[in-house]
Amino acid sequence: MTRTLEKTTSLPTAPPTAARLRTLLFGRSAAIIALLVIVWIVASVSVDNFTTPNTLYFLILDVFPVLLIALPMTFVIITGEIDLSVASMVGLSSVTIGALFQAGVPVPAAIVVALIVGVIGGALNGFLVTTVGLPSLAVTIGSLALYRGIAVGILGTTAVTGFPDVFGDLVKERLFGQGTAIPGILIIFIVLAIIAVVILHATGIGRSTYAIGLNKEASAFSGIDAGRLKFWFFVASGTVSALAGAFWTLRYDSARGDNAMGLELVVVAAVLVGGVSIFGGRGSLIGVIAGVLVIGALRSALRLADVSSDVINVATGLLLVVSVIVPSIISAVSRFAERRRVAAAAS
Amino acid sequence: MTLFSKRSRSGMALIALALGVTLTATACSASDGGSEGGGDGGGDSYDIAFLPKSLGNPYFEASDAAGQSAVEGFGGTYKEVGPTEATADGQVTYINTLTQQSVDAIVLSANDPNALCDALGEARDAGVAVVTFDSDVDPECRDLYVSASNAELIAKKQVDLIAEQIDGEGQIAILSAAANATNQNAWIEEMKTYLDSEYPDIELVDTVYGNDDDQTSFDKTEALLSTYPDLKGIISPTTVGIAAAARYLSTSDFKGEVALTGLGTPNDMREYVENGTVTSFALWNPEDLGILAAFAAKAMIDGDITGEEGDTFEVEGLSTDQTSYEVGADGIVTLGDPFVFTADNIDDFDF
Repeated sequence: MTRTLEKTTSLPTAPPTAARLRTLLFGRSAAIIALLVIVWIVASVSVDNFTTPNTLYFLILDVFPVLLIALPMTFVIITGEIDLSVASMVGLSSVTIGALFQAGVPVPAAIVVALIVGVIGGALNGFLVTTVGLPSLAVTIGSLALYRGIAVGILGTTAVTGFPDVFGDLVKERLFGQGTAIPGILIIFIVLAIIAVVILHATGIGRSTYAIGLNKEASAFSGIDAGRLKFWFFVASGTVSALAGAFWTLRYDSARGDNAMGLELVVVAAVLVGGVSIFGGRGSLIGVIAGVLVIGALRSALRLADVSSDVINVATGLLLVVSVIVPSIISAVSRFAERRRVAAAAS
Repeated sequence: MTLFSKRSRSGMALIALALGVTLTATACSASDGGSEGGGDGGGDSYDIAFLPKSLGNPYFEASDAAGQSAVEGFGGTYKEVGPTEATADGQVTYINTLTQQSVDAIVLSANDPNALCDALGEARDAGVAVVTFDSDVDPECRDLYVSASNAELIAKKQVDLIAEQIDGEGQIAILSAAANATNQNAWIEEMKTYLDSEYPDIELVDTVYGNDDDQTSFDKTEALLSTYPDLKGIISPTTVGIAAAARYLSTSDFKGEVALTGLGTPNDMREYVENGTVTSFALWNPEDLGILAAFAAKAMIDGDITGEEGDTFEVEGLSTDQTSYEVGADGIVTLGDPFVFTADNIDDFDF
């Protein structure tokens, strides 16, 4: 995919403070966060039972796998690639844990093996995309089918259940005791999110990530090894998906080949709602996290309001379409106005 | 693609605001009348939620509609919620939602025997009665299971029907729903056992899964017939599967050559029985199942029964005119024998 740029491409440098402050207040992420706040306030006022701690608790558990996978997916999409095999990797990880547990392997060891499977699966995607040079869309559609096929093949039609309660309890443990809203498992996400935010927004790796997505050629001239970075992003994506698979398995006490069917689109949708451009080079993790939560909160509120699931799906779709289309329309309009002003000044 | 100009950012905030306002409107109009109408002038309220495997499945539409008239008939409040895809995690979110809304009873058909247990446990801890119907969960996770028939009766009936149609010999295949559907798998196991013991000349060559999706089931039927040219018959123990398979057969060269039976609804199968694609198929009356489940939930809420074996409760409005049911072992209530539909009786039914 080639992008045409209106500006000459140079590596992004830190914007001056005033501009940075403006971005902070009125940028894309700020808009998503504002939307999240609005959805939350509206739901609290108009939907019964929305303000109970359980709403937030269930919401976090429900979106937890999406939150996790959205972190590496953001890096992958900013570099202009995509990973559609993530949900299949959740299933494969789940089956790995299930099959090993069935064979008498302790759960923690099984999770470690599942994470290794995630590393391998991610590395395979990364190898095919970077070393072989195939388009990631094609590669990961292939591995979507491959990993799901292996997962369903290993366990067949059965589900492995009966994991020791201690693990299920661990996953669902509330951080501040009975009746509070925050599941302890969120700490894992917070740690990973902090690492991801620091890498993307405060290091050379992050700057290179944007540079690759904005203009591959220019970034290559400035000595960025795009292949190596992308490879590791795919590895991260596979590994984090495997971690999400472990969570899924223990939360539902059910290791199944078809776990998390279709989740890849939920993740990509959330990342796009969060303001990341599908063409690469643009987006922020804060926006993505807010995007995941907006979708989750919207669906949760509509469910509590007894809105039918078809309508909920339509609302989610509209949110995605609006959040992707509207910025383009606005910038087109402002460019048009700009041109008219320039024309007027010239005449 | 776009690069944001600074001007567009305040625009984004505006859009966010507009979207929020839209949501307010939907949420408000949606929750209007949601919580009203409950209660029946003192006494017990029967706030009963039906949770099918997925929305839009005609079978559950029939059972839930009958459940609705039963619930409203005894002065309760009915609602139907559920995921659009038949997944366990989708159902868990709804069980959690219903728990938060503190309904009196959840009547559900489970997509997975174990994955719902934790959420159902929380529901029961919060005082919600849990009645499963059609497809069960682990008995420890619910109060009562309303079974349409029992696996043995259902399996034998379908095997007998196909055997009769292919004269007791040849290759058959099974077109099931999802690979993890509790009830489907139980029936298929029973079928295999019964085939082995009763019909040694019939060979079950394959079991394929159409995921209760029309298009997938249609494609799987096509694939079966091209993979096994000598196939004599197909059993599809799912209403979506049998209808898709019949649609494929009726327009193919295999019409009348390859027998098809299984569990279907009269409205889906009418045209295929009339045009000779299908001779006979079986089912129970899903409306009766919904009514029985609704009254079972009522009896649980009233405290008339606790799910103990030997408990009895009253039912009104069944097509079989049975008015009293007894809870069997493991908290199972059985509706009765499967019913066989043929060209002779299919027009007496409309569901």
